[in-house]
Amino acid sequence: MSMDVRIQKQLGAFRLQVSFQTHGGILGLLGASGSGKSKTLQCITGIEKPDQGCISVNGRVFFDSEKNIDLPVQERRVGCLFQNYALFPNMTVEDNIACGVRRVCSAARRRDIVGTMMERMRLTGLNRQKPAQLSGGQQQRVALARILVNEPDILLLDEPFSALDSYLKEQVMTELDNLLAQFRKDVVIVTHSRDEAYQLCDSIAILAQGNLEVIGEKKRIFADPQTPAAAVLTGCKNIVAARRAGPCAVYVPDWNIILDAGQPVDDAVCAIGVRAHCFHEQTKENAFPVQIVEEIEQPFEWIVKFRYAVQPRETVPVWWRFAKMIRPEAMPSRLGVKPADILLLHENTPRR
Amino acid sequence: MDWYPLWNSLRIAAISCILVFFSGICMAYYVARMPRALKGILDVVLTLPLVLPPTVCGWILLLIFGLRHPVGMFLQTAGIQFVMTWYGGVIASAVVAFPLMYRTARGAFESFDETLAWSGRTLGLSDMYIFWRIRMPYCKQGIIAGTVLAFARALGEYGATSMLIGYIPKNTATISTTVYQLWRTNDEYSAFIWVLVNIAISAVVLLTVNMLEKRNRERRAS
Repeated sequence: MSMDVRIQKQLGAFRLQVSFQTHGGILGLLGASGSGKSKTLQCITGIEKPDQGCISVNGRVFFDSEKNIDLPVQERRVGCLFQNYALFPNMTVEDNIACGVRRVCSAARRRDIVGTMMERMRLTGLNRQKPAQLSGGQQQRVALARILVNEPDILLLDEPFSALDSYLKEQVMTELDNLLAQFRKDVVIVTHSRDEAYQLCDSIAILAQGNLEVIGEKKRIFADPQTPAAAVLTGCKNIVAARRAGPCAVYVPDWNIILDAGQPVDDAVCAIGVRAHCFHEQTKENAFPVQIVEEIEQPFEWIVKFRYAVQPRETVPVWWRFAKMIRPEAMPSRLGVKPADILLLHENTPRR
Repeated sequence: MDWYPLWNSLRIAAISCILVFFSGICMAYYVARMPRALKGILDVVLTLPLVLPPTVCGWILLLIFGLRHPVGMFLQTAGIQFVMTWYGGVIASAVVAFPLMYRTARGAFESFDETLAWSGRTLGLSDMYIFWRIRMPYCKQGIIAGTVLAFARALGEYGATSMLIGYIPKNTATISTTVYQLWRTNDEYSAFIWVLVNIAISAVVLLTVNMLEKRNRERRAS
């Protein structure tokens, strides 16, 4: 189980340039809208044709510009869950799933396969319904059933939850998580949500402006996003320009302070990131006087914006976030950050 | 009462409607996926018979199929003559009715959600299967409406038909040319009957269109 993707495609002013290899498991393509993650998926399915490069899955070559190979979509055996699920509106649930049965077999055998899959996907009783009569969660299960009876070599999910209400989303996500665990083949999930990526995927690739910024095991990506764009996508709220100020120190011009990074700092460092929940009153390291600018109340937490005492007025305040349960009596006058919580960021230089 | 014009009109309309059904769908399908510039040019050419006066269409058809013109002469050597024959009426009606089918079908195809086709392809379904089992049912309402309109237009065709096949009783006479002939020869009574026949046919056609539109609305609402 492996996938090798190395593609280039020019789309007007936008340039898609992505290359990655996976060796089994679930890969999340995380990126903002317009970062090229859906286009990458379309190149793998064969909907889009790259200008250059090659794509192979489990050793089967889908596309190779040098050898002039471009396998038709029908022969790629790629299961693709489209954003709107793309169920055929004129067919019943049963017929939709039966469409996916690729194996040549008798009508009875086909009905059997469909019936078993419907049971497994908890769709029993919906046989004669039309897709428009189903809920979003049911539609997704029908689409997945149709893909699974198709016996694909690889499964691609394009924003699988974008069509669902947020309260439904968490339940469906757990179901999908269990289903993917049974699938045991390569899966690629395109998403703009770091929560979805973190919950469902083993590894994560981050795309920005058509480029693959970083790829790696998800915990490593979240612990050390490496580039500013990756830091934003993993949910880091405070990203500021910085430069080396000593063997283990960085100077942050916007905040007008020098921080201890706790690890060797090289000259290539262009910015640092500090997650909003990493500021603490008790922390003695990197502790500086602060002035609170704004307090925003959320259902379960507080977001507090502050500036360092020496920070110029015109700069953007720092985001600090903490659970409501631990709100102090009075707002602190000093806040510290552990050196390990300072993310050192480099300009688009994947080092892995 | 001679009912030949009714039979002849229905025959001409039915055959030209079948021709227009397939050619209209075929052109609509391919034009909808053409590059913009080519699409614009072809669209004008294919819609022209709708905008041009039918007599102009008739004149152009005579220019092509006329017995003193190359194509007409060539066809005549093969034993086919479109001038002054009932099947010439099929050509005239088809040309005039074609844009109605083409435009409605193209509108329907353009509203088709292309991801459905792609999703079918990823499942291994052939383009043929996708066209007949997914695309056509999806666009069914538009295509039926186009067919009904084309049939109605073919049935009522007068200008191009009278230029190409004229009026020969019991041969090329259609309802519309007959009405004109009867009015010219002052046979008010017979003309009136044909007018009633015409109104009856038109009413059926319009009711069908309305029923389809209503069903379409209900389907969208559900």
